[in-house]
Amino acid sequence: MRYLPKSDSERRQMLDTIGAASLEDLVSHLPPETMLHRPLAIAPGKSEYDIVDHFRAAGNRNASAYSSFLGAGVYAHYRPVLVDVVVSRGEFLTSYTPYQAEIAQGTLTTIFEFQTMICQLTGMDVANASMYDGSTAVPEAAMMALRITGRNRVLISRAVHPEYRAVLECYARNQQMPVEEFSYDSGTGASDLDDLEKKLNSDTAAVIVQNPNFFGNLENIKAAGEMAHKQGALLVVVFTEAVSLGLLEPPREADIVCGELQSFAISPSFGGPYAGIIAAREKYLRQMPGRLVGQTKDSNGNRAFCLTLSTREQHIRREKATSNICTNQALIALMATVFMTVYGKEGLRELAMQNLAKSHYLSSKLKPKFTGPFFNEFVVATGKRTPAEVNDALLARNIIGGLDLNRFYPELAGHVLLCATEMTRRKDMDVLAEVLSA
Amino acid sequence: MIKKVRSHINRDEGLLFERSSPGKRAYQLPELDVPLVDAAAALGKENVREQIEHFPEVSEVEAIRHFTRLSTHNYAIDLGLYPLGSCTMKYNPRINEQVARTEGLAWAHPYQPEPLAQGCLEVLQSLESALLEITGMDAVTLQPSAGAHGEWTGIMLVRALLTSRGNPRKRILVPDSAHGTNPATAAMAGYGVEGIASNERGMIDLAALERAANDEIAALMVTNPSTLGIFEENIVKATEIMHSRGGMVYMDGANMNALVGVTRPGDFGIDVMHLNLHKTFSTPHGGGGPGAGPVAVKKIFEPFLPVPRLKRIGEALAFDYDRPQSIGKVRAYYGNFGVLVRALAYIMAHGGPGLRNATLDAILNANYIRKQLQPYFDMPYTSPSMHECVFSDDRQAKLGVRTGDIAKRLIDYGFHPYTVSFPLIVHGALMIEPTETESKDELDLFVDALISIAKEVETDPEMVRKAPHLTRTSRVDEVTAARKPVLRWVAADER
Repeated sequence: MRYLPKSDSERRQMLDTIGAASLEDLVSHLPPETMLHRPLAIAPGKSEYDIVDHFRAAGNRNASAYSSFLGAGVYAHYRPVLVDVVVSRGEFLTSYTPYQAEIAQGTLTTIFEFQTMICQLTGMDVANASMYDGSTAVPEAAMMALRITGRNRVLISRAVHPEYRAVLECYARNQQMPVEEFSYDSGTGASDLDDLEKKLNSDTAAVIVQNPNFFGNLENIKAAGEMAHKQGALLVVVFTEAVSLGLLEPPREADIVCGELQSFAISPSFGGPYAGIIAAREKYLRQMPGRLVGQTKDSNGNRAFCLTLSTREQHIRREKATSNICTNQALIALMATVFMTVYGKEGLRELAMQNLAKSHYLSSKLKPKFTGPFFNEFVVATGKRTPAEVNDALLARNIIGGLDLNRFYPELAGHVLLCATEMTRRKDMDVLAEVLSA
Repeated sequence: MIKKVRSHINRDEGLLFERSSPGKRAYQLPELDVPLVDAAAALGKENVREQIEHFPEVSEVEAIRHFTRLSTHNYAIDLGLYPLGSCTMKYNPRINEQVARTEGLAWAHPYQPEPLAQGCLEVLQSLESALLEITGMDAVTLQPSAGAHGEWTGIMLVRALLTSRGNPRKRILVPDSAHGTNPATAAMAGYGVEGIASNERGMIDLAALERAANDEIAALMVTNPSTLGIFEENIVKATEIMHSRGGMVYMDGANMNALVGVTRPGDFGIDVMHLNLHKTFSTPHGGGGPGAGPVAVKKIFEPFLPVPRLKRIGEALAFDYDRPQSIGKVRAYYGNFGVLVRALAYIMAHGGPGLRNATLDAILNANYIRKQLQPYFDMPYTSPSMHECVFSDDRQAKLGVRTGDIAKRLIDYGFHPYTVSFPLIVHGALMIEPTETESKDELDLFVDALISIAKEVETDPEMVRKAPHLTRTSRVDEVTAARKPVLRWVAADER
């Protein structure tokens, strides 16, 4: 077999060294009642050619050659060629977590750069090496707020991604962490801060809002922060569309920022792998979950980097750790690092400007449901027809329409969430507008 | 004598921010086919940032050289043996990378209509079937993002089942040889942790288990083979004891590479377990992720599995969210799909018989190393080794050289160190897992290196203590890094 680099005569020599008669001998000490006495019912090994063919066929059974207006937390952005060139280097791809700093400076340096760029983008002081994804970063941020404030109640806006809220609820169940939602304004599409103010009290550890929110609309971070802080709660700001950070004022009033970097050259890949982040104010550093890379020196006095502050982590603190996370999303974070490097200061802004231009071209032909400002997504009503009927009409023209919001917001039945990025073509937007207005 | 490596020119590389100069670019966007929008007018002036302060500005050439130079500062499986115990650093087949980038799969949006996502759903279905056959379990969720995430999902399932039976119970039993994630996971799922000692042979102590397993214990978390690389000979009895007290048995599947095709957890009494696809099933570690940690369960747990589940409607596959007893969502969407594709490609490449051969070769390699190193290093637990072997530094420590020093010296010989000082029940542990994807030549070089170091410890312990000597970065001061944390680059005008 091509992944097993030994000849039978080498195996024989090795068995002789060990003093074993056969390979079977090596497992003959297992209790007989535990042994599997038949071959696994999995087809015999296949060639590279067969495997490529198998997955190509699977890909072809999916949508191909469709234009899409789906966003809702997963965005179609161009992936610069350099990204795959870098992450395909075996030295990055096939290395372990960089515990042995002397032979892992490549990974460690790129993580240090990643942490720096995440701080620059979010306006925070410290960022970790990554979380599994945006959705799991939310409960980790909430649990962090609980540890910091010594309180236990969490308030989350209903305009936060519905799947992120579901994940928070799942984590909260056994953490003695009551989670309550506050509503959004049915006119502007932004979180209803009056409702927030009513629900905030001295038990509230964290107020969680998303910006831009699930509907694509901008939140008043400043006002939410003032409200939270007045009650001694922390403000946690979530983002799902990282490209927006190229243009939007960073959430400086936040205490913790968490989010999803999928937009930074990470393929949609049917939902993962992506990379989440947690960034925070420096004073909360000791309560951060996950791995951190710090700068130091080697014994010759050269600058060097290493994993640090591991006394927060599970392999040292065991049940008292800030989280059980260990393996995170290092290679995906590297994709994002290369993406941020390629676009850089001017490029990320220009990219965000293109997204803004595309979505506003599309919205100019339709009537957005909400009046608040939005970045590259917005909600529209499908009128006399259901979203399913409209989307079927679009599919006939090789277009995947927007997300039917009834799935997550029954009160928004008859509405879809549309997204336009730099990859969205004008002619497809014209077709979409034509079908929607028909 | 050092046989595997010699020194060569190695380039220094600063940080991106230090290469930055205003106006340098590595990008060009396509011409905009719609009118530009005034950001301040569209978003409100207060919502628009002036700039991203100190964000890098470099050219394409500098960008590729930066990352390529940095890559050469890493060790990797592609360069040689990576003998980290319990990490299963096996070869990562490149075909897996290629198929994960198949356009129709890589660009599939998680919300695209199910009739237009049948290819993805079939990948999920095929992988589920293969993992059930391999584990002998009844149902599996592919959603957890990594091993620790799988553990937490699994313990949540235990809690959900016991709660439905009237009492979630209070504590989880964790052996003293367990990985640190096990107790951390129990705490995150709202359980207390109770340690349980191993017996003198490094196995579960059945008498201790009999005493500990009362009606407050929700589950026993075991790793089999244990972190000593030893198959738990009493595993069937241990599961019987737990079940007779109404408790469950969770298996950490970190060491599944020793079992595939030889024995199945479902057949020896395990109720819930996770797999690490980035260990056993060859998906790359990527310097620390992404992984995937599917959780396989017995039938009684199926109603509680995370949503959505796959179901068949006629010929087509669909997602089923109507699962009233489900623990809910452990993450957004359906899991690390791209990692799942890679694992399935690996399983297809080996096939059923091939997977068993891989397991036997992994055990062969570990025993080959063990046999040859035993004259030079102490081995406190001498039960037969499966896929890894664990030595102690006791003999070398008497000369003032610890396992961490030996590990650093191994770097000079051209190898990544083994797992250092774990499991905790072995004093000064050297935990070695070669995996099946190492040639005899590479193993011989590794054995030579450790024997040579053992001799150096006797002749020149001080030299070993200061290793590595041949790396471009010498021993790194981790104490200062923790004492005065510098976690990001700061521009001169911010300091």
